[in-house]
Amino acid sequence: MAERTISWGPRASNKLIGSETTRIDGLDKASGFAKYTADMNQAGTLYARLLTCKHGHAKITRLNVDAAKKIAGVHTVYLFKNEGDECNWDGDIVAAVAAETADLAEDGVRAIEVSFEEQPHVVDEQDLEAARAAEATKEGIVDRTVGDPDKAIAEADVVHEGYYGIHTISHMCLEPHGAHCSWNDGDDGPKLIARHSTQAVSTTGKQFASKFGLDAADVRVVCNFIGGGFGSKFAADEWGWAAAQMSKDTGRPVRLMLDRATELKTPGTRPSGFANVTLAAKKDGTITAWKSHHWGTNGPQGGTIDGNQMPYVFEFENKKVEATGIKTNCGPNRAWRAPNHPQLCAITDTAMTDLAAKLKMDPVDLYKANLGQLDKVAKENGDLYRAQLDRASELMDWKKNFHAHGEGGTGAVKRGLGVALHRWGGQSVKCEAEVRLFEDGAAQVSIGSQDLGTGTRTVIAMVLAETCGLPLEKVTAKIGSSEYVYGNPSGGSITVGSVSGGTRRAALAAVWKLLDKVATKYDVDGSGLTVGDEAVWSGKKKVCSWKDACRLIGSVPITELGESPLDDGLTSKLVGGVQMADVSVDTDTGIVRINRMVAVQDCGLVINQMTAKSQVYGGLIMGIAYALSEERIMDNQTGRYINADMENYRLPRIGDIGELIVEMYQPDSEYNRGVVGLGEPPVISTGAAIANAVANATGVRVPVLPMTPKRVLDALKGGQA
Amino acid sequence: MRPFEYVSPTTEAEAVEALNGHDGQTMVLAGGTDLISLLQRDAVQTQRVVDIKKIDTLKSIEQVDDGVLIGATVTLDEALESPLLAGHDSIAQVIDGHRAIQIQSSGTLVGDLCQMPQCWYFRNGFGVLGRKDGESLAELGDNRYHAVFGNAGPAKFVCASRFAPSMVAWGAKVRVIGPTPEDEQFVPLEYFFVTPRLESQGVTVLKQGQLVTHIWLPTVADMKSGSYEVLESKGLDRPQAAASVCLQTEGDFVRDARIVMGHVAPTPWIAHEAARALVGQRLDEDMAGHIGDLAVSKATPLSMNEYKVAMARAAVKRSLLRAVGKLDAALV
Repeated sequence: MAERTISWGPRASNKLIGSETTRIDGLDKASGFAKYTADMNQAGTLYARLLTCKHGHAKITRLNVDAAKKIAGVHTVYLFKNEGDECNWDGDIVAAVAAETADLAEDGVRAIEVSFEEQPHVVDEQDLEAARAAEATKEGIVDRTVGDPDKAIAEADVVHEGYYGIHTISHMCLEPHGAHCSWNDGDDGPKLIARHSTQAVSTTGKQFASKFGLDAADVRVVCNFIGGGFGSKFAADEWGWAAAQMSKDTGRPVRLMLDRATELKTPGTRPSGFANVTLAAKKDGTITAWKSHHWGTNGPQGGTIDGNQMPYVFEFENKKVEATGIKTNCGPNRAWRAPNHPQLCAITDTAMTDLAAKLKMDPVDLYKANLGQLDKVAKENGDLYRAQLDRASELMDWKKNFHAHGEGGTGAVKRGLGVALHRWGGQSVKCEAEVRLFEDGAAQVSIGSQDLGTGTRTVIAMVLAETCGLPLEKVTAKIGSSEYVYGNPSGGSITVGSVSGGTRRAALAAVWKLLDKVATKYDVDGSGLTVGDEAVWSGKKKVCSWKDACRLIGSVPITELGESPLDDGLTSKLVGGVQMADVSVDTDTGIVRINRMVAVQDCGLVINQMTAKSQVYGGLIMGIAYALSEERIMDNQTGRYINADMENYRLPRIGDIGELIVEMYQPDSEYNRGVVGLGEPPVISTGAAIANAVANATGVRVPVLPMTPKRVLDALKGGQA
Repeated sequence: MRPFEYVSPTTEAEAVEALNGHDGQTMVLAGGTDLISLLQRDAVQTQRVVDIKKIDTLKSIEQVDDGVLIGATVTLDEALESPLLAGHDSIAQVIDGHRAIQIQSSGTLVGDLCQMPQCWYFRNGFGVLGRKDGESLAELGDNRYHAVFGNAGPAKFVCASRFAPSMVAWGAKVRVIGPTPEDEQFVPLEYFFVTPRLESQGVTVLKQGQLVTHIWLPTVADMKSGSYEVLESKGLDRPQAAASVCLQTEGDFVRDARIVMGHVAPTPWIAHEAARALVGQRLDEDMAGHIGDLAVSKATPLSMNEYKVAMARAAVKRSLLRAVGKLDAALV
């Protein structure tokens, strides 16, 4: 630090950065002291319940709320839709009722006179011909040819054709979407306080403000804790506005959280994708051509997964990519942890493993044979994959345990291995951090950011403590309110870089100001001073304690604003990542069990090993979910989301997870490139790796995720390779 | 949840009286592990909930001359710990298979027998027959979890009870009281479950004002029993197919057999022919597979659930092997 450059310290000098540090809010969360939006119960809070459409597609022919309003204890009704409007999916919200208690609000919902006239619906997202017959497709939304794929296929040594797919899933936030809104009549403070379950504390205020004709400064958005967002909680949303409007109408705080069924149906899903793929290769494994046509749905809009990144991670010399969207009466999509990537990976990396089987090649070797054909983004991140494939192979003991396609044993239970890889951006964006040092020694950072459960609050505190040379418990990190300086919305794995870059920059500036005061007071050279162990040092000589130094601040605290991103080496972008799966498949029952998962993941400089690893654990668990059991099931007969409950929307339990081996890939070259985001990448290749392990075990490709026992048994019966 | 009246009688007679109120628009609450969620999602409606947990005569497991009586509020954990049920392996295996402390500590065995179907059409308000506009949703729609036996009529759901297969195999009876205070009968469990043709018929023989107070379970010396539930998850889950067997053997040979499948039909499904074919045979892995084949040979899967036939076959095979201690431990 002596030269006063904006940088991270030498790796070996760090006390906190790079350590395994438990979350500073972990105990509050584990013990129930942490207050989430769903926990907000101010005096006088009214509770809201929703009326939703129970049809795939219907017109509202009658809607009368008079009887609901007459119920004692019901205070107001907010209409999302009016008579004559259409509802475009099961779960489309019609009205909200606010009442003294949740039960009274339910009584109010039941008292609403509503009639629907059912309209034809399309909810099958997998059957392309049926969708075409129903004129529900948007053809050619991607149609891109590079080189001459047909010629390359004709000239190839080996050609593989396969069908692959991955179903729609919901975000299934444990804490549903919703807000607790109250209005403030006084002269001081904001006019509207929205305690909102949000991934965007600093930016949703303006959405409330514009709706109610307020200045953005008149709205305070508060979210200290959030029970999951995964990309679906960036907007104020109409239910947020409804809570605010009902609060305004009644003069009472109103809490509106979506019920579980509506939470699954309406505030976002991850789109589906199904594809016919052709791959061509030389004998040595060099892939010479890719052709694919994929389709799927993202709901009423009629899109599917992004075809512009197909095939995933690789850019082959010859390719043709086509995509067809299906307009369905299914709930709309929202960003889901690494939008498009898990689906692209589940289509690309499965086809590549099947090609490897056909070539009688180890899929790890197939990847290595094609590392010269990485796409532009993956190439920019350098040749990480070779080292990561090698390290993952060591951790899985791949060479010893891998066997040829379908040679998973002679008993009912077959065992196999699979591999897949991914990439992500993770570049930091505009974010501010305000650091303040006080005369009593307190050090504080505040950012209008939010902790999605990822450890953001802890990471911010670690950066401040490290920079000030203080133990973690002696600094304060304040986030979760729009009253603080601007924090970026947390989407795209951009937050850890953004907040840590800004915090480091502000903290360095503040510490330097402090050191100048020390230099003057103690008559030493300021440029040679450092902080550490709660003291100020000149070389190895202690000049004064941190407390003594801070006494020099006086009554006006040192306040510094740090910004991210700046091209100062604190942060960077782009990650790779390799995952491997070891599974057992019970071929009598179709049940797939995870024995072991290996994840090798880079993310530049790791601030907190524990929270970084727990991101990867979480990614693997979510990946196991969508690989094996988790899916939205739409019923063709009723047009309804038929499994929108916690019993039938199947998520893994602890016993289903198997052993997870996570290794952060972090040679010095990674440390030196600064902080890169990590939230999304670890969920991307899990599904493909597991699918490939199932294929390796049984010799049969289960083409569509999730690989439920039904799909496994159906595939085994069909025996298609 | 709609408002309802709550009563908690302390005697069986009071319970029957309470159940007869409101024209029989009443429901029994024991563990509450399913009733509450049914009421919350409005899949069932009731005027009065009769909580039977304060009735002393329903709380225990008692030895009777030729068996044991299990009260209606005995929980799964209490049953697992009772020495009186120590010889009933197939039942203990199902308790253990619940893998959920919440269900095991508050759910009751009788409640399990009486629970409503898990059918998603029922749970979404289309009744146990799952009909809309005169059409069977389960027949035409998503029937992946529905019946592969006994599904020719309008009922396509599967019996939700996890203990029915093992208890039917044991030859259990249920003690039913009501609708008058004097009415008492012991109904063989085999005949307790109903495949309704009409929505109003319900899924058991219980009529308005009736209540199951006890399960009578015979104690049979040297009976070998085993259950196998096909559970997708290692946590709280419900089987997609199951089987339970009771065997009497001499050496490796089977002298008498009873095989009952679960979650494959609107009622527990007894595999009479397969059981007969096993009598006199040496029970090894091949024979168990053969009996599994026989047990499912007359299955009539719906459009999306052929896979369940394979699962049922595996369940029969594995329950047989488990009963005689020959099932690979890794498969449990």
